[in-house]
Amino acid sequence: MSDFNRRKFLANSAGVAAAATVGAGSAIWSPFINAQTVSFKPEKGAKLRVLRWSRFVQGDIDAYMINVKRFTEKTGIEVRVDNEGWEDVRPKAAVAANTGAGPDIILSTNDDANLYPDKLLDVTDLAEYLGKKYGGWYPAVQQYLRPDGKKWIGLGLGAAGSMIVYRQSMVKAAGFDTFPKDTAGFLALHKALKEKGTPGGYALGNATGDSLWTNWLIWSHGGKLVDANNKVVIDSPETIKALEYAKELYANFIPGTLSWLDPNNNKAFLDGQISVTNNGISIYYAAKNSTDPKIKEMAADIQHASFPIGPVGVPTESHLFFNQMIMKYTKYPQAAKEFLRFMMEQEQFEPWLAGAGGYIAQPLAAYEKAAVWTSDPKNMAYRDCVKNMRPSGYAGKLGYASAGAGADFIVTNMVAEAASGAKTPKEAAERAQKRAERYYKV
Amino acid sequence: MFDRFQNSRNALGLIFMLPAALLLLLFLTYPLGLGVWLGFTDAKVGRPGEWIGFENYVFIATDSVTQLALFNTLFYTTIASVLKFFLGLWLALLLNRNLRFKSFFRAVILLPYIVPTALSAIAFWWLFDAQFSIISWVLVKLGIIDTYIDFLGSPWNARFSVIAANVWRGVPFVAITLLAGLQTISPSYYEASAIDGATPWQQFRYVTLPLLTPIIAVVMTFSVLFTFTDFQLIYVITRGGPLNATHLMATLSFQRAISGGALGEGAAISIAMVPFLLAAIMFSYFGLQRRVWQQGGGDK
Repeated sequence: MSDFNRRKFLANSAGVAAAATVGAGSAIWSPFINAQTVSFKPEKGAKLRVLRWSRFVQGDIDAYMINVKRFTEKTGIEVRVDNEGWEDVRPKAAVAANTGAGPDIILSTNDDANLYPDKLLDVTDLAEYLGKKYGGWYPAVQQYLRPDGKKWIGLGLGAAGSMIVYRQSMVKAAGFDTFPKDTAGFLALHKALKEKGTPGGYALGNATGDSLWTNWLIWSHGGKLVDANNKVVIDSPETIKALEYAKELYANFIPGTLSWLDPNNNKAFLDGQISVTNNGISIYYAAKNSTDPKIKEMAADIQHASFPIGPVGVPTESHLFFNQMIMKYTKYPQAAKEFLRFMMEQEQFEPWLAGAGGYIAQPLAAYEKAAVWTSDPKNMAYRDCVKNMRPSGYAGKLGYASAGAGADFIVTNMVAEAASGAKTPKEAAERAQKRAERYYKV
Repeated sequence: MFDRFQNSRNALGLIFMLPAALLLLLFLTYPLGLGVWLGFTDAKVGRPGEWIGFENYVFIATDSVTQLALFNTLFYTTIASVLKFFLGLWLALLLNRNLRFKSFFRAVILLPYIVPTALSAIAFWWLFDAQFSIISWVLVKLGIIDTYIDFLGSPWNARFSVIAANVWRGVPFVAITLLAGLQTISPSYYEASAIDGATPWQQFRYVTLPLLTPIIAVVMTFSVLFTFTDFQLIYVITRGGPLNATHLMATLSFQRAISGGALGEGAAISIAMVPFLLAAIMFSYFGLQRRVWQQGGGDK
């Protein structure tokens, strides 16, 4: 019997009643309130253990735990939530998947689900239900979690956006009323900012999160690590163009970015040493909630923007993607599905998005209308992160090769080598090609 | 039967050694053996691999990043160990004198060693920060430099910066251990040599150094091993950057095996460190522990 058959469908009225509880906000959800609310019948005596990445902002975990508590109150299912640094979740999840013991549900990152798809519970029914009810999953979510186009191996949770964070006054003083929307304007802005003594800066060290901008750089010019057949194609004319552009851009950065790890740009930005960088919303979040009046004042001058569009003509953003996986070995698959369903429903998910204060963007289109994006207009730039992102192993299939190549900083190192002049763009691309071929086993 | 067993030196010896042997087998031999095995497989994190022979080793021998990491590791170990030895010996000799507040100084000198490595690494990360370095700030304020030093942004600056951090952390271990060695040398040797008219340098060269050599051999063996396998300082301060200029074998092994999931390749990088470590131990054992030399004889 399939999971679908075991489902217990509730009456449409339950969905309507649930939507009605959202009050004024329910109006914007009207296209979805008639969708059926489905629930899974948890196993008797079920208990769940969830492993998730540690919060980046306090509001995230606070709101998440409120939802967990509500789930326990509603179903009587005890849920234990363990938190680990996001980079530590990957090896733990892999070991759990392959030894068949550990948490029932794991919230992990990027292409983790693609490392052991056969060890994950098929959640197609749940994903299809949520997709139908909430306006559909964005393409990147499907690429990550429905790799064969049919079976869902996990649910999307969202992404921590890596967007442009800038000082409005400084950009204006450099002669730009709005933030440039194309790569040519982006370069011109950085030249002008440097001349004004307020340069920008982007991490070029082995920074796991903030170096993602180098993916954007290569993709925006048409370069990519691999093609759709996982053939390594990074040593291409498009990549060389991107690297030449990177060299020009880097010349206008604040000194020291080659050594920058994830926290460096936050510190430099909040200290007023740089006018523009890429980051999650955490810089603004920290400024807005700071007790230091000087930093709080800076919050009014902080603005966010999407990464400019390059010669390819479409957004090519790269963000930290979050998934939710139910492990096949769980003794309580129905309870686990019910938990994820509960957490993804509007009554829970929207307050959680609000708690994260814009740090996390939704994977389902309907949540574009969530209040968090309009409660503070500065959050809006992060709204479409998942919509505009490409998976980390673009344009190939995701798995051990894409995960390994990403963790080895092949693209970041290539951009750093070319930008700093340590290697010519051609040499840097050739080296990246060789390194990547190892992962993709040519 | 039991009486015979109780009176058998061999049987009792085996029984007494059993717990230690079990511990060694469980926590030393098994992980090392597993590491060697993994190095010959294409294992991924959590997924058993298949035997691929020397493929991992062939790859790392030709991989430019691994070659760079090997160079970095040898450079880091050599320079840091030499500096730690001379600074440690100098400190030990100073502390061996009848100084005022001797106990206080001996306690203070241990502080860098007591502070958890991750914390001292964070402190160095701030000291070497491209924008917030207090070293640069002071030098700028004194008018010695105009712009902040890019400690970690250029490959050679970064290498010397992490070496400085390692030396700061490692000197106390060398100094205190050598001090313990110095205190085992009987003052009568110095008195006798003074009566024979030996200069302080001659006392050091012909009394202190030969008698200290066994301790030096042990200390430097450990110091080289610790430095060669260093991980925390690099991981916190640079994560191997910039441009992989500070990646050591240990950090690269971690990056490939755990972050990247290529357990077999990471194991191969780790196992590739073993010959170098063995060479360091052999050098110490056969080179520095020459008993003839310790007993006042010359090299044959």
